[in-house]
Amino acid sequence: MQANYGYKDGSGDYFITIDTDKCNGCGKCVEACPYKVLELITNEFDIEGGTMAAVKEEHRKKIKYSCAPCKPVAGERLLPCVLACEPKAITHSW
Amino acid sequence: MITAGVDIGSVGSKATVMVDGELYSYAVMRTGGVSEDTAIKVTMWALDGTGIDTGKLNYVVGTGYGRVNVPFAKKTITEIACHARGAHYIYGPTVRTVLDIGGQDCKAIRCDDKGKVLSFLMNDKCAAGTGRGLEVFADLISVPIAELGKVSLSVDQEPPPVSNTCVIFAKAESLALLRQGWPKERVAAAYHAAMADRIVDLLTRVGIEKDFVITGGVAKNMGIVQRLERILKIEALEPKMDPILAGALGAGLFAKALYEKEQGLR
Amino acid sequence: MITAGVDVGAKFAKVVIFKDGQVVARAKALVGFDVLKSAIEVFEAALKDAGLSRSDIGRVVATGMGRNAVVQKPPINAEEAVSEVVADAAGAFQAVPTVKTVIDVGAEEGRGVKVEGGKVRDFVINERCAAGAGTFVEAMARALEVNVEEMGPLSLKSANVIPMNAQCCVFAESEVVSLIHSKISKEDIAKAIHDAIAGRISSMILRVGVEKDVVLIGGCALNPGFKPPLEKELHTNIIVPEFPEYVSALGAAVIAANPAR
Repeated sequence: MQANYGYKDGSGDYFITIDTDKCNGCGKCVEACPYKVLELITNEFDIEGGTMAAVKEEHRKKIKYSCAPCKPVAGERLLPCVLACEPKAITHSW
Repeated sequence: MITAGVDIGSVGSKATVMVDGELYSYAVMRTGGVSEDTAIKVTMWALDGTGIDTGKLNYVVGTGYGRVNVPFAKKTITEIACHARGAHYIYGPTVRTVLDIGGQDCKAIRCDDKGKVLSFLMNDKCAAGTGRGLEVFADLISVPIAELGKVSLSVDQEPPPVSNTCVIFAKAESLALLRQGWPKERVAAAYHAAMADRIVDLLTRVGIEKDFVITGGVAKNMGIVQRLERILKIEALEPKMDPILAGALGAGLFAKALYEKEQGLR
Repeated sequence: MITAGVDVGAKFAKVVIFKDGQVVARAKALVGFDVLKSAIEVFEAALKDAGLSRSDIGRVVATGMGRNAVVQKPPINAEEAVSEVVADAAGAFQAVPTVKTVIDVGAEEGRGVKVEGGKVRDFVINERCAAGAGTFVEAMARALEVNVEEMGPLSLKSANVIPMNAQCCVFAESEVVSLIHSKISKEDIAKAIHDAIAGRISSMILRVGVEKDVVLIGGCALNPGFKPPLEKELHTNIIVPEFPEYVSALGAAVIAANPAR
């Protein structure tokens, strides 16, 4: 399942997508994020259960701002969460 | 097997009672100040007259904004997943894309042939593309919200969409158009066109597959619905019953699946 | 050479007349539906204030959202139009020569500019969303039923932190109404509003990086409640030059005076 957390507003599209089929609930992205944007949650989307990464509720409506420090205008844009994820389950749309 | 689904939304709460996965009874009420009380009330109301008491319920699933406040729910499932399952029940098993446009949010869900969620997004950050955004616009041109869609369709030729998606800026842009002499209908059309484009962008992110359904308050706005159908080149299906029950129905069906799993029947 | 800078913003048009490295006149007024007409009125007011006529002005450079409306249009006849970030950098450098980071928050856009010797090194624009600019504060003032000028002073009277849930101007209006119904004081709500927008703007500034001296300009800089939460978020003190809303127009005038740049 592609879980898209974020929003589209007048200024653009800002979504962090977690591919829950790839996500193994390891939590490395949660630790890697310097701004505590991510968390591990219980899978409440189907009856299988399990754990998966998600964007915290408080950040979903301001993800552009929450992730801004990791996206400098000039210089490197290596996203710690993306780097930390071995199964490549997490992507940013911007 | 008797299961129940309880959907506690920020505005309305619904409960369904299902016998072997078929809808037997339901209730809808406004969410009160204390979600727990509402959860109990709406469930009791759904059970009222059925001869079933809470003791006979094999499994209850809570969903919606206030799902953690359903005291007798054995499990909670997200409104996204319940909505998809419920949509399958209401519209039929051919449903693959569900668009739910409510007063304050917009959800896009793609599901498989079993109603299982393949992709979703929920946008409750930005008023554009929600019922609220349309309300602001309806106020601007002094048209009752129920007529707005129809007014937007009363144009001979579709004007270009307003360039701003932000409701505040789109409102200012619309005001300027009105001052330039554009009739209300034309401005309404331009605004609805912009909103429809925006919603299609969101749908594209989750992927659009037939059959397509639209639920939520804005589903009643023909100006949005027709433009969406035109852009997507797909017609939205008509519901068999009030789609407001989608969440609670889905929850009741999840309850059945979870009960069967528990009983080793799966 | 005497030059003029015309900044046709989303809400106000500002004009600066610049002679021998000094500002000799300033004028501003609301931009009406006829953008050119409003700009001309402000331009002529500035000229009158300086005791000059258009023929005394060597070059005029325009900036701002409506800049193209005044290029080659008499009587302003701006020779050139430059983007806001370019004007911001030049103007901030003129006003505060030690500037490295500019924060410009106007009516409809918020901008961050990294400046090197009066020129743009990097920039970030927070555009097309009312929650990121002055419009937000104005809309919230309406919801609070106070004049927009009162918002800053009200916010400074509070020391409380009430995070706002809504990130959209439209939804925030409803949130303010429910905060009022919850008997939260106007001071606390005003502070929450300023904290909210400061949070958004400072996140964008982090994208260009914060390097001292940090200068705040634009109409929002006139709001005394704007700077404190920004300083808190960015962990640095911020300089607000005098006449901050004119700095972009000043930049345009400076650019007009140095065509070889």
